[in-house]
Amino acid sequence: MSTPDWRAEPAEQDEEDEGFVQPKSRLPVNLRRDQPLVPVDTVAGRALVVVIAILTFLAALSAGGALMAARASEQWRGAVANEMTIQVRPDPRRNIEADLARAAELARAVPGVASVRAVPRTESDKLLEPWLGAGLDLIELPVPRLIVLRLNAAAASDLVAFSQTLRREVPSATLDDHRLWVRRLSTMANTIILAGVAIVMLVLVAAALAVAFATRGAMAGSRDSVEVLHLVGADDEFIAREFQNRFITLGLRGGGAGGLAAVVVIALLGWLASAWSATPEADQLQAMFGAFEIGWSGYGVVVLVAVIVAAIAGLVSRVTVRHYLKAMS
Amino acid sequence: MGPEVLKDINFSIAPRSFQYLTGPSGAGKTTLIRLILMALKPTRGLVHLFGQDVSRLEATTLTDFRRKMGVVFQDFRLLDHLTVYENVALPLRVLGKEEAGYRAEVVELLRWVGLGERMHAVPSVLSGGEKQRAAIARALISRPQLLLADEPTGNVDPGLGRRLLRLFMELQTLGTAVVIATHDLALMEQYDAPRLVLADGHLHVDA
Repeated sequence: MSTPDWRAEPAEQDEEDEGFVQPKSRLPVNLRRDQPLVPVDTVAGRALVVVIAILTFLAALSAGGALMAARASEQWRGAVANEMTIQVRPDPRRNIEADLARAAELARAVPGVASVRAVPRTESDKLLEPWLGAGLDLIELPVPRLIVLRLNAAAASDLVAFSQTLRREVPSATLDDHRLWVRRLSTMANTIILAGVAIVMLVLVAAALAVAFATRGAMAGSRDSVEVLHLVGADDEFIAREFQNRFITLGLRGGGAGGLAAVVVIALLGWLASAWSATPEADQLQAMFGAFEIGWSGYGVVVLVAVIVAAIAGLVSRVTVRHYLKAMS
Repeated sequence: MGPEVLKDINFSIAPRSFQYLTGPSGAGKTTLIRLILMALKPTRGLVHLFGQDVSRLEATTLTDFRRKMGVVFQDFRLLDHLTVYENVALPLRVLGKEEAGYRAEVVELLRWVGLGERMHAVPSVLSGGEKQRAAIARALISRPQLLLADEPTGNVDPGLGRRLLRLFMELQTLGTAVVIATHDLALMEQYDAPRLVLADGHLHVDA
């Protein structure tokens, strides 16, 4: 069977055909408008973009919070794990300087202790300044004194034995090895991280459900278009791909907007925190929670969340469409 | 299950043939076309297309058969959000062809059916005749082996109807088997061709 060729053999023209076959003109260069073949109702599409943007914003903030907690936790561990302090309490019956020297001497004898530094009186007083204010004469106050021990990470120390020796030799001194605090802070940080991850997962599930419902709505609204596409030779794979592309675009738009909003909010909070950091309260907060910043990796995570949301939008719409088309046939 | 619309129907369409499918309104012409298009499954009986029984095929395997057929719907069924050009190019686009590869061909066909100046218009601003021609161009663009046209002159004036009929005759001479469903006697009198007449659910061939 030969195929029709309207290029080689134009339609026969007669009087009636006047104006039917038109003169050739130059070929337009921008014929295709790149319209999606399956129209997603613009109002529903916009609503979905807003929902995805809000969900991405929440997920990105949760991920950023979790990341910040992880970084702070890492900082605490790095700062305190290799450090111990001996606290020598003032006792009117004892000479605190002698106790301090004896405790430092005992500490130096412990294997694994790299350095021992008795914090001078002026420095200890300075530690109290944020609470008591500057310019006070603290000489009359029973201010405890501190000895800071730096541990050699490689060598193991028998801290229990050292603690008992210290208590026996210098009754007013106690050893604080910080591990309890590190443990508690780590547990708290891990809880925050887990909660952050759980929120991200829940938000992703919510985004997937929103896209699934939106896809079903779009399919129902495009039933005629889908049938026409079938009858002009489109297979299910092609139609699913069209829907998928459409929803990936919507997902990227929503995810991008939500991610951008999250980045702006985090950056703004970071800027506010740094502007506020001159105050002693901010110093305390920073010591506790670390700097209010998520770094480039944090921003990377926010972008990743937005991309994952878009990918989920595409995947879920594809699966939903395939399921729907199967049911239709 | 409702009453049988079509029963004891037996006919075949030869390659490069031209025939009318006729009968009163409601006789089942559109149903028969939908059966050939595999948009409906027969409750019983066989439908052979291009040498193969397709009445029991899975929906996923029907696409290859549909790509050999062009269809002009009674209500045009153009996609309203696409331009005339995009509607006509649809069968090529769904095949995954690059737009640059078929642009000239689509434009040429649009000029051939007299829509060269309307290719950027959307269906909502087209007249009935223009929609009809766009629908016909869409059915022809993939150079089908079988063309099914359901009341292709139902919405146009007699002059345009005659021009469209000539278009179908030209197609047949170029190698396509053509089935035109119509109850327009005046149209059928213009060009003598076998008539598949549907009445009371039965079909007889009026050669």
